[in-house]
Amino acid sequence: MSRQAPHSTSLSGLTPDAQGALERAGLSRRAFLQGAGVLIVSFSALGKAATAGAQLFGARSTPGAPSPDQLDSWIAIAADGRVTAYTGKSEIGQGISTAQMQLVAEELCVPFDNVHLIYCETPITPDEGVTSGSQSHPTNFNHRNLAQAAATARETLMQLGSRHLGVPAASLVARDGAIHIKNQPAKKVGYGTLIGGKHFDLHVDPHAKRKPASEWTILGTPAKQPDLPAIVTGQFEFVHNVRLPGMLHGEVVRPPEVGATVIGVDEGSVSGMPGVVKVVVRKNFVGVVAQKPWQAIQAAKKLKVRWSPGKGLPPQANYYEHLRNQKPTRDSLSVDSKDVPEKLAAAATVLKATYYYPYQMHGSMGTSCAVADVRGNHATIYSPTQGVWPLRGSLAMLLGLDQENVKVLFRRGAGCYGLNGADAVSYDAAILSQAVGKPVRVQLSRKDEMAWENFGYAFVMDERAGLDAHGNIVAWEHEAWFPVHGSRPGYDTPGNVITGALVGFQSRPFEPRSPAPEPRRFENHDNSVPSYCAGKVGDKSEGTGTIESERVLIHTVPSPFFTGPLRSPARLQNTFAHESFMDELAAQAKVDPVAFRLRHLSFPRLRDVVTAAAGAAKCDARPSPKPDLQKTGVASGRGMACVAYEGGNGYTAVVAEVAVDQDSGRIVVKRFVVSIDVGPISNPDGLKNQMEGGALQGMSRVLGEEVTWDDRKVTSIDWATYHTQFLGIEVPQVDVVLLNRPDDAATGAGETSITVVAAAIGNAVFDATGARLREAPFTSDRVKAALKLRA
Amino acid sequence: MSSITLKVNGTTHTFDLDPSTPLLYALSDELGLRGPKFGCGLGECGACTVIVNGEATRSCVTPLQLVHGAEITTLEGIGTIEKPHPLQKAFIEEQAAQCGFCINAVIMTAKALLDTNPKASDEEIREAMSNVLCRCFTHVRMMRAIHRARREMAG
Repeated sequence: MSRQAPHSTSLSGLTPDAQGALERAGLSRRAFLQGAGVLIVSFSALGKAATAGAQLFGARSTPGAPSPDQLDSWIAIAADGRVTAYTGKSEIGQGISTAQMQLVAEELCVPFDNVHLIYCETPITPDEGVTSGSQSHPTNFNHRNLAQAAATARETLMQLGSRHLGVPAASLVARDGAIHIKNQPAKKVGYGTLIGGKHFDLHVDPHAKRKPASEWTILGTPAKQPDLPAIVTGQFEFVHNVRLPGMLHGEVVRPPEVGATVIGVDEGSVSGMPGVVKVVVRKNFVGVVAQKPWQAIQAAKKLKVRWSPGKGLPPQANYYEHLRNQKPTRDSLSVDSKDVPEKLAAAATVLKATYYYPYQMHGSMGTSCAVADVRGNHATIYSPTQGVWPLRGSLAMLLGLDQENVKVLFRRGAGCYGLNGADAVSYDAAILSQAVGKPVRVQLSRKDEMAWENFGYAFVMDERAGLDAHGNIVAWEHEAWFPVHGSRPGYDTPGNVITGALVGFQSRPFEPRSPAPEPRRFENHDNSVPSYCAGKVGDKSEGTGTIESERVLIHTVPSPFFTGPLRSPARLQNTFAHESFMDELAAQAKVDPVAFRLRHLSFPRLRDVVTAAAGAAKCDARPSPKPDLQKTGVASGRGMACVAYEGGNGYTAVVAEVAVDQDSGRIVVKRFVVSIDVGPISNPDGLKNQMEGGALQGMSRVLGEEVTWDDRKVTSIDWATYHTQFLGIEVPQVDVVLLNRPDDAATGAGETSITVVAAAIGNAVFDATGARLREAPFTSDRVKAALKLRA
Repeated sequence: MSSITLKVNGTTHTFDLDPSTPLLYALSDELGLRGPKFGCGLGECGACTVIVNGEATRSCVTPLQLVHGAEITTLEGIGTIEKPHPLQKAFIEEQAAQCGFCINAVIMTAKALLDTNPKASDEEIREAMSNVLCRCFTHVRMMRAIHRARREMAG
């Protein structure tokens, strides 16, 4: 048998909500059948190719995990015909659960509402690594993994139907959860009759035929978020709402300064406080467990801990210079045509500019929360982590348990946008639960969330390019520095986040490397190479542009703060520099910035999104800045930016229309026009939602968000000190142009629009005022300073 | 410890808790309600918003002793999946959510406003939302949903 029946491994660890969901999906019935010893029929005898080695992508055959090459690991059909799908990609607000349900409903020819999706529970879902990096669509929607499993199931049901009805499969059609005889609507057999409650016992067939997009009726049409009715009525169980019998509450006590270590803890300082159960100290990790959350918070506040002084932080005022001057560095060359110096020397004009981007934070709306139940040598953790399987591995290390004895059950948290405190708080809860032998819930304080999360990277970026006498770019050079420390913990590096480091685990070591090795193949996952470059490595040019003289050198240096992926990590920062600088080059050449982009782009899909956004925004073709600039009052303008996300994982362009108050320095974005090509569109409304949210989140990041610190600690620790855009702002109009490409592979979507808005806004400010913004965030002071520098 | 009485969604409850305990914990931990949520504990984001005697109130910074005897309405108390409040219905119709964590903040703040000012202007709605946070930046849809609910509630 390929996998355990769900009830035998997980039901005991499920909350009533989850168990109810399983039962509604008909699984208890399935489990009952199995428990009663009903024969599990193997259908291999049908002649179905039980081929090993299905095309799997990013899915691991992890010990203890349902095997990804087994159909039963992905799809189960209950006696009443309802379908349960198991996936390793979780819902983090990006809408992937809805799209995955559409996918399964489409491939299996059942109504959307008949599909129940279970995601990211280690006992019962396949290991698909981390839900991140805009990889869920590429992983589960192309000819692999969940999509291929669903197609295999449909083909198998057709064969079973053929046998049951005594009619060749060619005369049959799958529809509404049944196999019908074509032209004889009354003659049909339901999926439940064919296989309900039994295992398929087949490999996922790499040759099973996916339904072509031209036949789609569920994918490609707007689908509603299935959990939304429960969410808007306060019925939905977020991880924050998980309550276990006998559950206690923990509060952590983080160091007061970066690098401070514990000298001593006076447990007597909280003895006798109501509800206090235990003070837990493990190296530099300190926490308090109490009966009730408010008691834990009070005790944590009162607990006397002696800390060593912190290690001190580099001054924020000249941090970018500090970054640039760090030694040693770890260097990477993305591309180097070796002829950039001579091409620049021969150019008619050479332009140089430096761009700056600050540390920013995920800043989730709800602070991170987890519930852990660690007793004896077994642990069950309810976590909003993006990677239940990696977390299982690192938790086992942290707790000193065997991986096989650790269960991680995903429960939705507040939107994370990358590596927020989800993994750290899962460790916090697990350590405290292990110390008291009872279930413990931990939800971080706002300050503990913000001061200690893995921040998005700060960047300093030098751009240099040459134009010939006709205004064509003849060479482009990009050199950047950014700081790293820790990251996702993966399967075995708990020290990559704060809690793991506090208990003594090492972070991923910094490994200097200089000079950079020659690139062996072209990769642009970090968008370090501008879209306008040819991307030539060896004999092949795999970039999206025409500029053949190109050099891109990236230096990483150690960071004083934890860092990690924040929505469009490094891609956003590099694109801010490239797309702003492209605008500077267009202005220097006195060419319309849209036409100038198209002149240097070779890749059709990227050209198409540029044309689509400019067309929908009705941009008049002219150079920036606009003619007849007024130097006072409110000025308006528009700016464009585009990107082939990660070099080819989604294509987007955006036009921003802004109003700049030249007296106050305040920027108000009036409108975004976003065009997007992600291959075949699964859920048009979900995609629009992502484009809108990405555009506005990008706007918030570039207009105000910046991590701040003093000489010892982070000082942006709440919504008064970390500046985001509340709902009461003047909300820009957002128009989204969807470019559907049903015959191409599915790409990521969630990190596309956010990548381009910073440059588009900066370019619009230049168009409106003639002032160039090169340092994010674009605060009023920086805008005013840039306005002063105008010629 | 002392005894605090609250009427929550129409039912009277008595709590034996430290009177300095914020209202949020009585609702989410003693009663197990899932609408009001801890977002910041500082009254800055709105995640914990409930309606106390008709006013939108940040329950994470409201000690129980200040609301003894009060009538409290939470997200659960304004509608159900089968019979949603016009705001809840509008948020579903507009698909105005991503992660959904801030929904309580947005709907309860809007409800308190529209209950007292059913014809609130766009400017008044913006003002009411000026310290309500959505970090997925579902702003476009959320404002559209509030406007839709306003139309329906005005009849």
